[in-house]
Amino acid sequence: MTETPILSLRNLVVEIPTRRDVLRPVDRVSFQIARGEVLGVVGESGAGKSMTGTAVIGLIDPPGHIAGGRVELDGQRIDNLPAEKMRRIRGKRIGMVFQDPLTSLNPLIRIGDQLTETILAHLDVSEAEARRRAVAALEEVGIPAAARRIDSYPHEFSGGMRQRVVIALALAAEPDLVIADEPTTALDVSVQAQIIALLKRLCRERGTAVMLITHDMGVIAEAADRVAVMYAGRLAEIGPVAEVIAHPQHPYTRGLMAATPMATPPGERLNQIPGAMPRLDAIPAGCAFHPRCPVAEAGCRVGDPPRVEECGGRAACWVVAREAGLVRA
Amino acid sequence: MTALVRIAGLVRRFDVSKPWLNRLIERAPRQILTAVADVSLEIPERGVYALVGESGSGKSTIGKIAVGLLAPSEGAVEIGGVDLHRERDPARRTETRAHIQMIFQDPYASLNPRWRVRDIIEEPVRARGDRSEGLAERLLEQVGLSARDADKFPHEFSGGQRQRICVARALASEPRFIVCDEPTSALDVSVQAQVLNLMKDLQERLGLTYLFISHDLSVVRYMADRIGVLYLGRLVEEAPRDALFETPRHPYTRMLLEAAPRIDAFGREVDPPKGEIPDPINPPTGCAYHPRCPFADERCKRERPAMRDAGASRAACHAVEEGRL
Repeated sequence: MTETPILSLRNLVVEIPTRRDVLRPVDRVSFQIARGEVLGVVGESGAGKSMTGTAVIGLIDPPGHIAGGRVELDGQRIDNLPAEKMRRIRGKRIGMVFQDPLTSLNPLIRIGDQLTETILAHLDVSEAEARRRAVAALEEVGIPAAARRIDSYPHEFSGGMRQRVVIALALAAEPDLVIADEPTTALDVSVQAQIIALLKRLCRERGTAVMLITHDMGVIAEAADRVAVMYAGRLAEIGPVAEVIAHPQHPYTRGLMAATPMATPPGERLNQIPGAMPRLDAIPAGCAFHPRCPVAEAGCRVGDPPRVEECGGRAACWVVAREAGLVRA
Repeated sequence: MTALVRIAGLVRRFDVSKPWLNRLIERAPRQILTAVADVSLEIPERGVYALVGESGSGKSTIGKIAVGLLAPSEGAVEIGGVDLHRERDPARRTETRAHIQMIFQDPYASLNPRWRVRDIIEEPVRARGDRSEGLAERLLEQVGLSARDADKFPHEFSGGQRQRICVARALASEPRFIVCDEPTSALDVSVQAQVLNLMKDLQERLGLTYLFISHDLSVVRYMADRIGVLYLGRLVEEAPRDALFETPRHPYTRMLLEAAPRIDAFGREVDPPKGEIPDPINPPTGCAYHPRCPFADERCKRERPAMRDAGASRAACHAVEEGRL
């Protein structure tokens, strides 16, 4: 890649010390997102996908902390910045959209005031100009009669409209990167389609990069350019969305796709992956997936799986690497 | 096949008015929300009937009325010929109740955390005064857990395992009819597959009848053999599974199928559906879907369409009836 990626994670490790143990919800995760690209981060609960997003914006709750690796935003390292500097990046250069729009909006403050406050905090404009921009932002996310509705409170909006307001807030300061954590999970199908289309259009028009965190393969297939599959805090597979979904390489991705009712022809049985995602205090040695893996070998139980880059750039898996002739058995 | 479950002209209204003093001071009228309006359907013995719809469509309300947790405002639900809300013979009522069970969405909220799994599973049988030795162990093995799990507490299990315990409890009284209200929407994909497969196997092996409530069309397609689509409390279309997915009739069904994410359509540019679900307290006149419908005309605004046969399906739509669609 010649152009500097907007976001680059290198061997990111997040640790949470507990009385007995040190937990690792994110374990040596590396990926990059280019300008204007949508990277889907998919995984089941406990895979570490939200924790990765939280690490990027520097909002991990103590005692959790980044214990290794680095986070770069447009070539500049941000994981070691002092709190005050990070605060200026959050909202200005990285926007955020969370699952539940009600918890992202202050219920006591009018929509317009929340927007103007964000714009004034990050851009050097007059108050009148900020308000004008707030109306424009609401119009852009498809709120009808924006000039009138700008003085409404969050509870006067429906769930879909609230999520539009949150997107307007996230994009208000024209960030380089938006982190959207399950942005449509709380919404109905028809509203979900509206929100995905909106997010895609705005980011394409402005060249904003998006890290789209979700558990829903369907949403990934609709919205993402590339997809990163996480399991037990580690990156299992990463690649262009069409390739990963149509020809998954990692046994976990393969199992996950075959377990998705959407990808199973009517009348056929769903594939089952035995067991469940391990708890953070009981991550198996070697490849974390080996106890559930149908093709696991003796070697998978001891050594960490090879890194994605060593396996042809797609899956972190001993078996895949050996079959591709990249490592010797 | 005879119908085990017969729902006829079901209506359920909720009074959502403010307290009377507020109404008096603010001169506000009573507010009535019609959650279910004139729903009729039949489920044959050993059938799986799915209700799909977005939030506020009334699907859970129908499920609760079917098991007797809520009373209907009008209409009736008969299970094996017995209407629980009108039946006067207590023996028949008790017998019919034992034939009905329910599986809820959230396996964390539907198991008592202070009870051992054995007590949770055996309660429906003990409540009837029947003997229950060894029942929990047998059922736990049937749902893919271990007999030793009977002495554990719910917190020792993962979400998928808890939902298996809920299934075991639902099976304890040897029911004929189970209402499954979003049984897998709180579960991860790989665990969801385990629970769906289990529920399907049990249905086939034990000859169960399911009313399966879900918002997820892909899950419904996997489980159901007949599907009803609800919009604002009314059935807008009802069809055998394949007919619904291959030749949807009602514009709302078409929109739902079009809007649902697809796994094989990368970079597809969807024209997202217009508008949102209207306020159920003041639903639109005529066909409730007309403000969002691309095919609506004057008649749709005025006159409420009735359910009519359309091929293998039934749909409530003027455009379908007039052949405009």
